[in-house]
Amino acid sequence: MKNLISMRDVSTKDILKLIDLASKIEKKEINVDMTGKLAALLFFEPSTRTHFSFETAVKKLGGNTFAMSGTSSTSVKKGETLSDTLMTISMYADIIVMRHVIEGAARFAAETVDVPVINAGDGTNQHPTQAMLDLYSIQKTQGTLNNLTIGMIGDLRLGRTVHSLAQALSDFNPKFYFASPQHLQMPTYIKDDLKSKNIQFEELEDIKEVMPELDIMYVTRIQKERFAVLEDYEKVKDAYIITKKLLEGVKNNFKVLHPLPRVNEITTEVDDTKYAYYFQQAKNGVYMRQAIITELLNLNY
Amino acid sequence: MNKEKLKVDPIKNGTVIDHITSGKALQVADILNISNSEKEIMIGINLTSRKMGKKDLIKIENREISKEEANSIALISPTATLIIIDDYKVIKKFGIDIPNEIKNHIICPNSNCITNIEGVKTRFELANKNPIEVRCAYCEKKYFIDDVKFSF
Ligand SMILES: [Zn+2]
Repeated sequence: MKNLISMRDVSTKDILKLIDLASKIEKKEINVDMTGKLAALLFFEPSTRTHFSFETAVKKLGGNTFAMSGTSSTSVKKGETLSDTLMTISMYADIIVMRHVIEGAARFAAETVDVPVINAGDGTNQHPTQAMLDLYSIQKTQGTLNNLTIGMIGDLRLGRTVHSLAQALSDFNPKFYFASPQHLQMPTYIKDDLKSKNIQFEELEDIKEVMPELDIMYVTRIQKERFAVLEDYEKVKDAYIITKKLLEGVKNNFKVLHPLPRVNEITTEVDDTKYAYYFQQAKNGVYMRQAIITELLNLNY
Repeated sequence: MNKEKLKVDPIKNGTVIDHITSGKALQVADILNISNSEKEIMIGINLTSRKMGKKDLIKIENREISKEEANSIALISPTATLIIIDDYKVIKKFGIDIPNEIKNHIICPNSNCITNIEGVKTRFELANKNPIEVRCAYCEKKYFIDDVKFSF
């Protein structure tokens, strides 16, 4: 792998390799050395969590970072092209991590510069490091990625994390349940992809009845702003909130994942149950990002 | 000779592009860059076809359209067949292969796509053959071919 731009480019073999590497880094079975290397963290669109996670990952590997956040601190305002900004930065940096509001910006970056590029989110398109850390979290909690029953709940239309995850898991024979309000359903193109791979999935309005079947429930936030009429939001919002009561009777290995930040879609009482895994999931993100950087920079260990 | 062909004079040397998707002949002529040449060209639009109901047809004197050139019209008229004529005789006949990758010619309909912002040349992959759907290599959005615009 030279870049990580889209889960579409990542093979099953790559996924398993990165998971194995993340696991070795976490267990301290290997010691990766990034000393003397510099990562440019270019957040044209600010994202505090992803930024911190990458910064932590680089520093734990012994590398250094320099950062740019938001369009105000960049040359963008002066009218410099993205291509020029990237070229200049690639003269200093050994690897570029980039988030941008424009879809396809990361692929363009990878084609523009010689150093490896990691896509930390491009508009509504891809966020592959999130998908990889989700996969790592699933592997860690279930001991496998194969043959799992996975519920996805919330805003499935606009949540790019659920799109990438559904696509990435489709090579591992999953069964999906998608629970969302009518107008926030999983997009047709994702469902077409799943159909063409003969993946079983079912769309529900209420997740309750299938809870005892699930190995993983992936929760995303439903934003009030997505509803034209506030009453419509009030009508559905409680159906997509995870409470302790909802978790009665779930499987022993069941875990709740969430890309964070959460607002009210998982009640805080769930945090104390053995099913809550979202904070651990965020921590897994650091190990996975360490693994991705190690792989792309071909670092010694 | 069959009746539908009698409507247009036969040519001595050149290419007949038959079975063009109805209404697409002018666009095909544009793509193949034949409309501003000096050659004699006959264009038929909305001709009756037993196979297709309606079809368009183009005859170009003294120019042999290559297989590669022909493939560039695959997206707007995948059903077209090309007949190369030499001295009133058919010497070659071929259909069109839909390429797996299309460079430059499609404009991405996504206004938030980098190709519409940084002036990047577009690249689309064929996502589905029937009906034809293409996916932008950059923003990864998928579109029906009828929903995209072309630039040549
Ligand atoms: Zn695009």
